[in-house]
Amino acid sequence: MVDRLSRVFAALADPTRRDMVARLAAGDATVGQLAVSYEMSKQAVSKHLRVLEDAGVVRRTGDTRRRPVQLDAAVFDLMTKWITRYQRAAEERYRRLDAVLADMTDAEQRGTAS
Amino acid sequence: MTTFAQARIEADAKLPIIRITRDFSATPEQLFRAHIDPELFARWVGPTDMRTRIEHWDAKTGGSWRFVQDRDGTEYAFHGCFHDVRPDRIVQTFTYDDEPDGVALETLWFEDLGDRRTRLHGQSLCDSFEARDGWLASGMEVGVNEGYAKLDAMVADGAI
Repeated sequence: MVDRLSRVFAALADPTRRDMVARLAAGDATVGQLAVSYEMSKQAVSKHLRVLEDAGVVRRTGDTRRRPVQLDAAVFDLMTKWITRYQRAAEERYRRLDAVLADMTDAEQRGTAS
Repeated sequence: MTTFAQARIEADAKLPIIRITRDFSATPEQLFRAHIDPELFARWVGPTDMRTRIEHWDAKTGGSWRFVQDRDGTEYAFHGCFHDVRPDRIVQTFTYDDEPDGVALETLWFEDLGDRRTRLHGQSLCDSFEARDGWLASGMEVGVNEGYAKLDAMVADGAI
């Protein structure tokens, strides 16, 4: 799973590919449509799409030139889950820090009162 | 104004960075002290089911640190250097001993929100996307293992 997520992040490290993903999130598009949008050759678009496809971010079926490219929603679910769980662990750590800070405040107030 | 009552995590798509933001009911000075005083730090760094033993701690610019955590006899050790220690900002390196070639650069800064409230900003720059995603994965394991029950108990104990 680490390998898969790494490939996803690496594929999205390129600004053009991130933009293509954003575009595909709005709706499927063909290689030809993407080429027009990005003022790129179809070959250049295909190269980017191959990286995204290898990372499992997009799916292409059948005739790759004519069929629209689709975003693979499962990949984004995976990333979201990982980040959510990391967030949970961080939040737990910071709730312990909340308790430590509350104790520090109590100790300071006792010090002031005495 | 946006508040961060719960930790917010961002994994940058372009750089191997994890960003974290969280608000605390404390002064910047208290938050700073909870990060540089070894006894205070060991109390919260966690995870909950691990004990943290500080082996070396010299929290000043140019100093270094090392701590060991253990769960049922299995030890996990970490070490690094304090690159910069200032009241509003801590910059340090972070290495997990079992992956000695890996190193992350961590920057923390404390934003005074006034009225005894402080916003913690943290950024971990890892040396590869693989390493960054490994950290995300380790967070996942911790979250799954411990769940919410212990967390709630600790909040109650802390009388927040």
